[in-house]
Amino acid sequence: MNDVPGDMFYTESHEWVKMDDEIATIGISDHAQGQLGDVVFVELPEVGDAFTAGDPCAVVESVKAASDIYAPISGEVVEVNELLENAPETINDDAYGEGWLFRIKADDPSEVDGLMSAESYVEVNSED
Amino acid sequence: MSRKTPFYQAHIDAAARMVDFGGWGLPINYGSQIDEHHTVRNAAGMFDVSHMTVVEIKGKDARVFLSKLLANDIAKLQEPGKALYSCMLNSEGGIIDDLITYYLTETHFRMVVNAATHDKDMAWLEKQVGGYEVTVNERKDLAMLAVQGPDARQKTANILNAEDAESALALSVFQAAQIGDLFIARTGYTGEDGFEIMLPADAAIVLWNKLLNEQVKPCGLGARDTLRLEAGMNLYGQDMDETTSPYVSALAWTVALKNEREFIGRSALLAQKEAGLKQKLVGLVLEGRGVLRPYQNLVNEAGAIVGETTSGSFSPTLEKAIAMARVDRDIVDHCLVDIRGRKLPVRLVKMPFARKGRVCDGILD
Repeated sequence: MNDVPGDMFYTESHEWVKMDDEIATIGISDHAQGQLGDVVFVELPEVGDAFTAGDPCAVVESVKAASDIYAPISGEVVEVNELLENAPETINDDAYGEGWLFRIKADDPSEVDGLMSAESYVEVNSED
Repeated sequence: MSRKTPFYQAHIDAAARMVDFGGWGLPINYGSQIDEHHTVRNAAGMFDVSHMTVVEIKGKDARVFLSKLLANDIAKLQEPGKALYSCMLNSEGGIIDDLITYYLTETHFRMVVNAATHDKDMAWLEKQVGGYEVTVNERKDLAMLAVQGPDARQKTANILNAEDAESALALSVFQAAQIGDLFIARTGYTGEDGFEIMLPADAAIVLWNKLLNEQVKPCGLGARDTLRLEAGMNLYGQDMDETTSPYVSALAWTVALKNEREFIGRSALLAQKEAGLKQKLVGLVLEGRGVLRPYQNLVNEAGAIVGETTSGSFSPTLEKAIAMARVDRDIVDHCLVDIRGRKLPVRLVKMPFARKGRVCDGILD
């Protein structure tokens, strides 16, 4: 839990959000990929899908289990990570970088202020 | 607080991700369970299976006791060291557990049963003793390690002295022998060649470290599950239980009915056959993308439920999702699986899916 990027926001369900103006890139934390184990399949939303914060919007499946991904903030999907279709293990290799899941155009970029900072995320998960 | 096996510290030292499994602290993986899976198919891996229950059946009536207790026929064991896979049934023909029995001497058989069923197995065994001159005793002093893969036997032999190595390598499939401190059996739960080794708990770490030196890779419960699934081996509590008989669990081959032997469950099994079996346990391959899991519904084109998956996972060897499923007997070739509301085609196949390092014939199109 030492290398959680400081320039991202985090949810209790282990998604991360990185804001670039109104565009939010979303993935799962390194802690989450470690818990899941080898990722073998990712079901992503379609470009144009609209979600409200908290909606289930993707599924990441490891050999072990299927895990729902929830929209951290509200908005419309503008891009999905096509790389994951053939190389889902990228999430294990680089959860905070190449293993991103999808990008949404935020309805309200300030919604991320309600999420956790890196420090809070580390603190919440340090009991594991 | 989970119970610790004699290998516990070795798991921690190998940076295992530990989980509770039937009350025991065991490794789910040591990093990548897919890597561990491939290592067992292509080289050699080792699994701590000390959580499994070892039971000594001793006494003058040991053989007749087992003849009544097991659905498979203990009379098949005539050569000391030979092992038999069998179900232990209740009087309704339901499976109490599946197990392996080793024939050591006429007054001594050794049985290995599942960890999750420990309490009910021990209670059942003790209850069945009745008037037989037999004792049933659990060996809590033993550790157990499964060394599996095409290189497993040779790597194990490498850590033994010349004489013991020769004895170990001479074991035939499903045969065991006490070799020095080690009880070595040429059995396993992966579909690969290899050994399952029982030894005194205080010698466990030494054995582990010697095998580590031989580049035998530690493997966790995750890889063990995908390996046994590919090998078409049932998991108790998942693919079968007390409500299912061997006939609907793809285990008819383990039921010995040919002679008049009266074993527990026999009359129920005969009645089931007479009435006609309605279901069967089959292998499934998902043709498209996705992952099969336990408890997914199987449906026909009309949308009617025709069965349910019992085990399911991504198969590292096939690089496709595979499953075991209990389906209506008249389902052949293919049906549909319901994954989160989407109906995807699955193909019925004859198990195993993969063994001896490769995909079995007829599994891939």
